[in-house]
Amino acid sequence: MRYLPKSPADREAMLKQMGLGSVDDLFAPIPAEYRLNRDLRIQRQMAESEIIDYFRQRSRENGEGYVSFLGAGAYAHYRPVIIDSLISRGEFLTAYTPYQAEISQGTLQSIFEFQSMICELTGMEVANASMYDGSTAAAEAVMMAVRLTGRRSVTVARSLHPEYREVLATYATHQGMPLSVAGFGENGRIKLDELEKLITPETAAVLIQSPNFFGTIEDVSAVAEIAHKNGSLLVVSIAEAVSLGIVEPPRDADIIAMEAQSFGVPLGFGGPYCGVIATREKFVRQMPGRLVGQTVDKQGRRGFVLTLATREQHIRREKATSNICTNQALVALMVNIFMTVYGKVGLKELAKQNLAKASYAASQLGKHGKLLFKGAPRFNEFVLQTSEDPHAINARLLDQKIVGGFPLDKFYPELGKAALWCCTELTTRSAIDTAAELVGGGETSKRAAREEAGVEEVAR
Amino acid sequence: MKPTIRKATRHVNQNEGLIFEKSSAGKAAWKLPPLDVPEVDTTSLLGASARKDLGNMPEVSEIEIIRHFTRLSTWNYAIDLGMYPLGSCTMKYNPRVNEAVARVEGIANGHPYQPEKISQGALQILKTLSDCLIEITGMDAITLQPAAGAHGEMTGLLMVRAYHHAKGKPRKKILIPDSAHGTNPATAAMVDYAVENLKSDSRGMVDIAALEAQMNEDVAALMLTNPNTLGIFEQQIHKIADILHAKGGLLYMDGANMNALVGKVRPGDFGVDVMHLNLHKTFSTPHGGGGPGSGPVAIKKILEPFLPKPVVTKKADGTLGFEYDRPHSVGRVRSFYGNFGMFVRALAYIQANGPDGLRQTTEDAVLNANYIRKGLEGTYDLPYSTPTMHEVVFSDKLQAKKGVRTMDIAKRLIDYGFHPYTTAFPLIVPGALMIEPTESESKEEMDLFIDAMQSIAQETQEDTQTVLDAPHSTRVSRLDETAAARKPILRWKP
Repeated sequence: MRYLPKSPADREAMLKQMGLGSVDDLFAPIPAEYRLNRDLRIQRQMAESEIIDYFRQRSRENGEGYVSFLGAGAYAHYRPVIIDSLISRGEFLTAYTPYQAEISQGTLQSIFEFQSMICELTGMEVANASMYDGSTAAAEAVMMAVRLTGRRSVTVARSLHPEYREVLATYATHQGMPLSVAGFGENGRIKLDELEKLITPETAAVLIQSPNFFGTIEDVSAVAEIAHKNGSLLVVSIAEAVSLGIVEPPRDADIIAMEAQSFGVPLGFGGPYCGVIATREKFVRQMPGRLVGQTVDKQGRRGFVLTLATREQHIRREKATSNICTNQALVALMVNIFMTVYGKVGLKELAKQNLAKASYAASQLGKHGKLLFKGAPRFNEFVLQTSEDPHAINARLLDQKIVGGFPLDKFYPELGKAALWCCTELTTRSAIDTAAELVGGGETSKRAAREEAGVEEVAR
Repeated sequence: MKPTIRKATRHVNQNEGLIFEKSSAGKAAWKLPPLDVPEVDTTSLLGASARKDLGNMPEVSEIEIIRHFTRLSTWNYAIDLGMYPLGSCTMKYNPRVNEAVARVEGIANGHPYQPEKISQGALQILKTLSDCLIEITGMDAITLQPAAGAHGEMTGLLMVRAYHHAKGKPRKKILIPDSAHGTNPATAAMVDYAVENLKSDSRGMVDIAALEAQMNEDVAALMLTNPNTLGIFEQQIHKIADILHAKGGLLYMDGANMNALVGKVRPGDFGVDVMHLNLHKTFSTPHGGGGPGSGPVAIKKILEPFLPKPVVTKKADGTLGFEYDRPHSVGRVRSFYGNFGMFVRALAYIQANGPDGLRQTTEDAVLNANYIRKGLEGTYDLPYSTPTMHEVVFSDKLQAKKGVRTMDIAKRLIDYGFHPYTTAFPLIVPGALMIEPTESESKEEMDLFIDAMQSIAQETQEDTQTVLDAPHSTRVSRLDETAAARKPILRWKP
């Protein structure tokens, strides 16, 4: 086996030194009736070239070469080449959690920079080292609000990512936390009057997403006012991190639960991604997850350590703020490098291109359907309602190797024949034009249009 | 006495400030293509939601970023540099072919919501890995959705809870041995179970009499790590399972130490009802400085209705798809399908090994740990003489007489070119030194480790202060953790 660094002679020598006849002597403590006396029924050992062939084949069966208009919580942004160059360094890739600070300063300093940049972008005062993803970050943020307020229930916007809502429901049910859902209005934003009715003196948190699942930017201040008036905390989920380059962050939030996948993390069929929680300094001791802090060594030199560990499970056990241990460190490093590459100016320009592409696509696709939620600003996603079933439209697009917008019937049947479309800086004008044409009926309508134009010319 | 440090030597490394300290206006590491659609007016589109500025985000060039992170990287220890004997962490070699296949286009860029018709490759990977892990654990079904070990624990306990609930008898307690990892009690609390401690016997195993006394109809499950955190295989495992099952309880196995068992014995065969795996331990996916992990949960048939949704299923036309219609499911524990990139890596690892390679891997891991045990027995106190598997736990009892504690020995080990072992855990061993070499170490590397540990033991007697002040060869000396926690500085400010 090519990963094992011992020769048969080495093994013999070791056994001899230990006074053992065979390695099986070491497995003697396992009762004989449970020992496996056969080979595992899995595929035979494969050569590296075979493994690569296997996965290349799987890749060809997995949407390779398709143009996509999917967003809905997972976004296709350009990933600068240096991200993979840097995270592939063994010193980052193959290091453990930086508990031994003296030989982990690289990881620790980079996490400190990550926390700092997340604070700059979100307008919060502290950020943790990462959570599993946006959905679990949102659920953990709500539980944090429960601890901070001593209240038990939570009100969630229906325009929060449906899968985030499902995850929260899983966490909440078993905590015995009542959960209510506030609908969205004609403009796609949370209905404030409905929220006011749902909120009670037992409401620990109001959880919204902005830009929300439909791409609509919420009026965060208005929601915050209602929450705070009632003594509840406002948790804002951000699923499309690139929006932060151009959209005012939810500064009135008490906790921000983010998904940073957009910042240089591959779509990877849904993971690994990078959740983050950011909040106010006064709430830090109820925050879940690892935190890196700055300190000094014995000679007074600047250094970094994992800190406030008394919140965590390895110290506090059942009294910990969360059970989270392993997080998404290497993915956070991708995010960190991405934020560094684009920086103060690049992130803004990048976000602006996203806004322009989505705006153009909305105008083109809007010709063949009805754009919903027009009354509020949006970022790089929009909902298009059509007379034709989006699944049928998408089948036509798929034949041209285009993946159309995400049909909303599964999660939002009340919207009828509608789909959620997304554009990023990678979406080309020609892809948008082709998609718009196909949505409008494809070749037939094009031919009809040409004929009509021809008739007109003859008539003239 | 002057110690001979054979493995490591000092070399120059570069100083490097924070990235913010390198920033100045006008530098850039990015370039966007020209916009091929009409420009938009941000203020008219976004109104009051338009962002004014991005605060203190840095502005730096590409070469500076490369040097910045490369310099930082050289301050880290890593498996690629040498042995990483962290007990219960299973720091094994991370094969590079895993990284290569995870970056193949259709695998790296697949969107989780793309139609199933063009997702057959990813679905096939999910299915094949699931089948392999089911065979390896001897269980009946699996979910790959949990993002890490602790998340897997939560998912497993949610299924336990749903199972008892469906039986009409929701139970209140989870039994957890005193040797367990902190995530176990934290998880039980998170799903609203009361935690009851179960003590270990003098041989470091579950105290059967205590278990019998504590087991009743209020206990939902026992969370057991096997081999446990002392590296000891619970020899009475069948009895433990029987005691639980007789009173309607379930046996949960924390699979953190599965590296001791793969290909040699299967938890499903010795009475386990539900268990999680850590793909980032046993199945070689990289730790990456703390994550990502992946914590699949394998279960027996009785728990199948409660699996998180969706589950992968074979459809009538022979293609694979996701099944969402699962009325008894505990729900979703994460968006999409889990840390898919880790599934790719774990499957590549299983393929590279095959049945013979996996068995040899386990044998080497156990052989290595016992070789170290033999090499250090006598020099360090061994609190439990029971045979151990893939790891061994010593205590600092002999060195403590000189005021040298496990953390001091660990820090001195850094000067010898090794990453420290796990310190002060498990909690049942005061001053624990928990050592797990994994199969990835050669005899030569382990001989160097044993030498280093013996040399430190000698230094403890003859040159105590050197050990107490260690490390001496690192960029920074011991850091003031108390100050860091008292007045936390958690972000850079200009």
